[in-house]
Amino acid sequence: MQSLAEGLRLPTNGLDYTILAIYFVVVLGIGFAARASVKTSLDFFLSGRSLPAWVTGLAFVAANLGATEILGMAATGAQYGVAVVHWYWIGAIPAMVFLGLVMMPFYYRSKVRSVPEFLLQRFDASAHLLSSALFAFAAILIAGVNLYALSIVVEALLGWPQWVAIVVAGLFVLAYITVGGLSSAIYNEVLQFFVILAALIPLVVLGLKRVGGWGALSDDLEAAHGHNYLTAWGGTGIGQGNPLGANWLTIILGLGFVLSFGYWTTNFAEVQRALSAKNLSAAQRTPLIAAFPKMFIVFLVMIPGLVAAALVPKIGTPGSDLTYNDAIPYLMQELLPNGVLGIAVTGLLAAFMAGMAANVSSFNTVFTYDIWSKYVKKGQPDAYYLRFGRVITAIGVLASIGTAFIASSFSNIMGYLQTLFSFFNVPMFVVFVIGMFWKRASMKSGVWGLLAGTTAAMVNYFWIYKQGVVSIPTDQGANFVSAIVGFAAGAIVMVVVTLFTAPKPEAELAGLVYGTVSPGLEEPPAEGDGAWYRRPALLGWGAVVLAALCYLPYSL
Amino acid sequence: MSELQREVSELEKKSATAARLFDIRRIIGGLFTLYGVIVTIAGINPSDADLKKAEGVNINLWTGLGMLALGLFFLVWLWLRPLAPPAPEDDAAGPEGV
Repeated sequence: MQSLAEGLRLPTNGLDYTILAIYFVVVLGIGFAARASVKTSLDFFLSGRSLPAWVTGLAFVAANLGATEILGMAATGAQYGVAVVHWYWIGAIPAMVFLGLVMMPFYYRSKVRSVPEFLLQRFDASAHLLSSALFAFAAILIAGVNLYALSIVVEALLGWPQWVAIVVAGLFVLAYITVGGLSSAIYNEVLQFFVILAALIPLVVLGLKRVGGWGALSDDLEAAHGHNYLTAWGGTGIGQGNPLGANWLTIILGLGFVLSFGYWTTNFAEVQRALSAKNLSAAQRTPLIAAFPKMFIVFLVMIPGLVAAALVPKIGTPGSDLTYNDAIPYLMQELLPNGVLGIAVTGLLAAFMAGMAANVSSFNTVFTYDIWSKYVKKGQPDAYYLRFGRVITAIGVLASIGTAFIASSFSNIMGYLQTLFSFFNVPMFVVFVIGMFWKRASMKSGVWGLLAGTTAAMVNYFWIYKQGVVSIPTDQGANFVSAIVGFAAGAIVMVVVTLFTAPKPEAELAGLVYGTVSPGLEEPPAEGDGAWYRRPALLGWGAVVLAALCYLPYSL
Repeated sequence: MSELQREVSELEKKSATAARLFDIRRIIGGLFTLYGVIVTIAGINPSDADLKKAEGVNINLWTGLGMLALGLFFLVWLWLRPLAPPAPEDDAAGPEGV
């Protein structure tokens, strides 16, 4: 991301800028329209738990479909070829289905308002404070990195100075989130989802046409990169070499199980979308509805990556002025005439802003409900927390703008910090899954599991891998292995600590652990939720089967 | 019921709830209809340079028509199944499919 090539300036004209300006106006309009619906803090932070499943489902995909994800996954496609599908079909779908079918009933029924709040209910204040503080810090960092990435792209594509892009985008996000709260963020994400599709589909169609169709593209790439480049699993046998630097076992366990479950099931920026759904059935369907678009979006980012790799054979090598991250901007410049070009630019900017907004709108919730109202100012009337939420949202956006400026002068530190934070996510999943399924897991085991898992993953990455104690071919592969190590260490420490410390009183576990029910919280199913196409189990298993089928053409 | 569950249930009752007050379908429908019209018009009389760039496909026309169709789809959906007006005494979930 740091070095977007010179010479990617797009030939934008008044038509494209009109399209972009309309979008900005609509974004602000949504913010002010949503304002009328904010009466309580619950409206501001969780849309009053009132949204329909299709809205939260699309927002769930879109919160993840930030521009760093779009450009980054196209880059992964250009670099490693078809193997990028792992990040979707094994690295997202199973975890999303697990969230919807298994974990969501505990999250939604317990009425927790954030992921850390679940830890407070299930374990104790130390686990809660640790995860809240880390999450709040990481959310601001990631929002800032998003903003910085936006400024680089905007500078390269449109020629705006970096600081202008940072300030303009930051202030727009500030305006619509502070005024309209989560509803505003979610509605904008739904809109962004469709604009991104309208931007990527023409790019894929024209890209394939340029290289003479899929057949010609794959012949071309096979000649240049070998057959494995066009398969999902080629060269991933244990002991075989492949550019990803990972074998099938580390892909399935590291990426597919630990990293992906950690991200999709415990990252509050995602889970928050489901918690804002109107009832348990809608909350469960949120990640399941999201799984279907997620499964097919990979084609919209992989194909531009592959086309760029075919059109610019040297892409990403020192001899070329294009990096892998330039794949999509390069094709936009090459293929899109004014009009559609404006849609594509709007889509990218929308994705950057939505990525930032998702982080800010989860940061403010955790900061207000989990830190401020629990440890600083307890027992205030709800209007106080609503007001505080607006203030902290503004502070959060300003802090991200600051982070973006820091990132622009110390981009290496930012990369390093992001790697660091990625390791805090690893043990979250083990703590949640043990906490949800093992009644005996003691109050103290939560915080120790988090600490042990994080430490083990970091030691494995920074010492055992970086110092060369064990040789792993790539950072990517090392990342997968570190995740597995962190998961195992977290699980072992939780079990050991549990054996020596007091369990949570049974009465306080009602509704939080598998096999317990919380009296008085059973909601009658809403009318129509019994329809076959709304059944969570059918949607979930359908998604898993479809993802497995998607692998077939690339595995034979 | 725990303290937390009581508090959240209480807030849920007071909630104004976004979904009942304005409908995202109107915004998606409106924006895509407008974009569809703009981009379709841009594609009605494409310049040779634009056509050449886009591999001979009149991409503005096709994308514009696609966006227009999506926009109209949302508007028709809204028209066929409008949101129930907010009933002050009614805490039940919104109507189906919206």
